[in-house]
Amino acid sequence: MLRQFWIAYLTIARKEIMRFTRIWVQTIVPPVVMVALYFIIFGNLIGQRIGEMDGMLYIDFIMPGLVMMSIITNSYANVVSSFYGAKYSRHIEEMQVAPVPNLVILLGFVTGGVARGLSVGVAVTLVSLLFTEFSVHSPSIVLLVALLTSCLFAMAGLINAIFANSFDDISIVPTFVLTPLTYLGGIFYSIKLLPEFWQQVSLGNPILYMVNSFRYGFRGASDIELISALLVILSFIALLFVVCLVLLERGTGIRQ
Amino acid sequence: MYALEIENLHKTYASGLQALKGIDLKVETGDFFALLGPNGAGKSTCIGIISGLVNKTEGSVRIFGHSIDDEFLVAKSLLGSVPQEFNFNTFEPVEEIVVNQAGYYGVPARIARQETERYLKQLGLWQHRRSQARRLSGGMKRRLMIARALVHKPQLLILDEPTAGVDIELRRTMWNFLDQINDQGTTIILTTHYLEEAERMCRNVAIIDDGSIIQNSSMKSLLKQLNSETFVLYLREELAQAPQLERFDNVVQLDQQSIEVEVPEALSINDLVGELETRGIVVERMRNKVNRLEELFVKMTAKPDTEKLA
Repeated sequence: MLRQFWIAYLTIARKEIMRFTRIWVQTIVPPVVMVALYFIIFGNLIGQRIGEMDGMLYIDFIMPGLVMMSIITNSYANVVSSFYGAKYSRHIEEMQVAPVPNLVILLGFVTGGVARGLSVGVAVTLVSLLFTEFSVHSPSIVLLVALLTSCLFAMAGLINAIFANSFDDISIVPTFVLTPLTYLGGIFYSIKLLPEFWQQVSLGNPILYMVNSFRYGFRGASDIELISALLVILSFIALLFVVCLVLLERGTGIRQ
Repeated sequence: MYALEIENLHKTYASGLQALKGIDLKVETGDFFALLGPNGAGKSTCIGIISGLVNKTEGSVRIFGHSIDDEFLVAKSLLGSVPQEFNFNTFEPVEEIVVNQAGYYGVPARIARQETERYLKQLGLWQHRRSQARRLSGGMKRRLMIARALVHKPQLLILDEPTAGVDIELRRTMWNFLDQINDQGTTIILTTHYLEEAERMCRNVAIIDDGSIIQNSSMKSLLKQLNSETFVLYLREELAQAPQLERFDNVVQLDQQSIEVEVPEALSINDLVGELETRGIVVERMRNKVNRLEELFVKMTAKPDTEKLA
């Protein structure tokens, strides 16, 4: 039985990875171009006038955040569009009629989201080498945070897709929730620059913990303690994992 | 053992629509079974529940003795289903759709490729294996869904209108293919609006109407219930009006050289032809107005016109 589930998992994961690699011009290239523009405008042109942030060049400060932003948006976008597309054209039924446990479906889609998030993350990191020197304080923390964050947002994308009833519904959350939280999550500034009150408010933004722990992995400096950041990320993963499984078990949005 | 056992199956949708009102159904292993009913009768809901696409409200379903509630992984692995509407990713290549489906059932990749090749060849799709599914014709898409449903070698195959929109030549090819599958031991449940198809292929039949089973018997015993048949007669000479035939009902003139006559079970075609000859009317050719099962089906599920359109 385990072998059967393993094959099913590999099938879903492979299909999900093939889906975004087949259309790489739509899935990989645009975020790379966008981040390259961020590096040119904010890193080079404006960054040179800003000077240092948290004891490092501004372009070095924003680089981890920009990579993390790409990972977040792409792992989310991959699952939300793929799962909603499967729901819309009803080929999600191919998995529903088969003896595939919901856990396997969840892991398969999350793997697709993680693969795209990390692929774009690597591509963006390579582009960043054109603008800044590559230095990594702790490769294991960089990898761990990238992996956990992409898992988290892949699951968030799945929940969005489960509740979505139209293509508009899959763009509302990224536009009105994800993007603002990402921009306010300390990519472009240290929260130490904010008044005390707004510093406290910022601590309620989960993306702050991801950006800062990721920055710690690259630069060894962070506004947030690494352990608390990892605990926050893991707590969110546990929560979304349970929500995803309950929704799939109930058949919310996919079974009448 | 029964291939399928359904007991007291109810389904009420969130809208309040009661699609199934406690149906009971048993399908023998190896059977070729027809599940018939008018549009909206509850056939697709019933199939949706068996396949795991629709949540039931009440009742039990067992596939080869395995409950879809407690042993759903085993039950699902024994089932293959061909839905009424296309439900594959139209942007995927044909071969990938079938191979992936095998993968969902845990079939190792090498065997999945072999089985995919076998069924795509048998169903005349092998030369289209690298085409995106959206480029296939309607008939090819139907055959693709059959290949996909068979790739994991199910013991029970459910086909929901598999020949809808398929031309007659292709339909006959599909009938032969399904006959072979059934001969090899696969139990088949078929829903169709082509009653000629059901009569030709199925040994047993259930008719579902308004969420309830109104008939469940062998095809032979069902057809015996037909107490009259309607024939269309083509005449040698033109008629001014339909003849008055005392022993026959519903004599209708279709045009100047053809009439339609309902022949009750107690009388034969010879009686009809003889009676026409006494009136100097010679019959050149004749045919059934509709197929026998269709005639019976219409009588059993007849509703007032206003209700049909509601």
